[in-house]
Amino acid sequence: MRVVLNGHKEIVPDGITVSGLLDQRGIEPIRVAVEINEDIVRRRTFDETVIHEGDCIEIATFVGGG
Amino acid sequence: MAENGYRVGSFEFSSRLFVGTGKYDSFGLMKECLEASDTQVVTVAIRRDVLTPDGEAKPESILDHLDMQRYTVLPNTAGCFTAKDAIRSARLSRELLDGLGNPGANWVKLEVLADKKTLLPDPIGTLEATEALVKDDLEVLTYSTDDPILCKRLKDAGATSVMPLGSPIGSGQGILNPANIQLCLEYLKEGDPDYPVIVDAGVGTASDVAIAMELGADGVLLNTGIAGAKNPIGMARAMAHAVEAGRLAFLSGRIPRKRYASASSPLEGTFTPTTQPV
Repeated sequence: MRVVLNGHKEIVPDGITVSGLLDQRGIEPIRVAVEINEDIVRRRTFDETVIHEGDCIEIATFVGGG
Repeated sequence: MAENGYRVGSFEFSSRLFVGTGKYDSFGLMKECLEASDTQVVTVAIRRDVLTPDGEAKPESILDHLDMQRYTVLPNTAGCFTAKDAIRSARLSRELLDGLGNPGANWVKLEVLADKKTLLPDPIGTLEATEALVKDDLEVLTYSTDDPILCKRLKDAGATSVMPLGSPIGSGQGILNPANIQLCLEYLKEGDPDYPVIVDAGVGTASDVAIAMELGADGVLLNTGIAGAKNPIGMARAMAHAVEAGRLAFLSGRIPRKRYASASSPLEGTFTPTTQPV
């Protein structure tokens, strides 16, 4: 199914969860915060949060800054 | 005259220097500078993670190099030009720091910027976002222009600390309007002397830090002044000394400025005019 991931159009497997997506991308869940359609997905719900067609997903992490 | 710690909201620190983690040539250098600065609070920004294709190694992350046990992380909302974006950014940072078990999950350095040329704060958006994030139970440290009236309004809106600017971010112009910083301090600390005021942005060298502290600021936040120096580690040490020197000078009380000289050595008993033998 089609989603927008960090601003890019991407295809992800139907019914994938947030945990599944992070795993597929080699991302350690502890190092990111996730939003779907501008709502924060709480870390403890990563395993059961299912991504839907057309969702806008943001995966954010820290970078150096002042 | 050794002081105990000072408080910023629910946090207590001894070091009065907040140091940014941007613009270093390497994470190794960043780490050494943070150590040399004696800071306890480091700022970070939040951005989209770099997504690499399958099997490709991810680039180094600041999280590989930042000691989460040693530092309280202060996430900023840098790069946000609307209240909405800043609020979103602050919430994402809280979620991240919460997962990492860092106490910085409870606070945010709020920046709502007006334009890319000056990176000056947008006063209206800044006030809106402060109100919203305070309602959201975050301790909000708000970056502001050095306008005493706006600073007071931000405090009234519930900001845990107001951070008036010395000069534009990364400009190295120092404390451009000490008279305004003094007014900000006066208005913010009136009847509330322990209200924390941190001067943020524009520091070019150690004397700028000392000046901010001599005016009575509780702390200084800087990044480029260290990261952009010819010898960043040396400058980090200098900043650590400056913050101490300025604080001690403030507590000790500077002398008033006088129009004319006042001799330090007695004028009596000098040898002129020379007495001639009779």
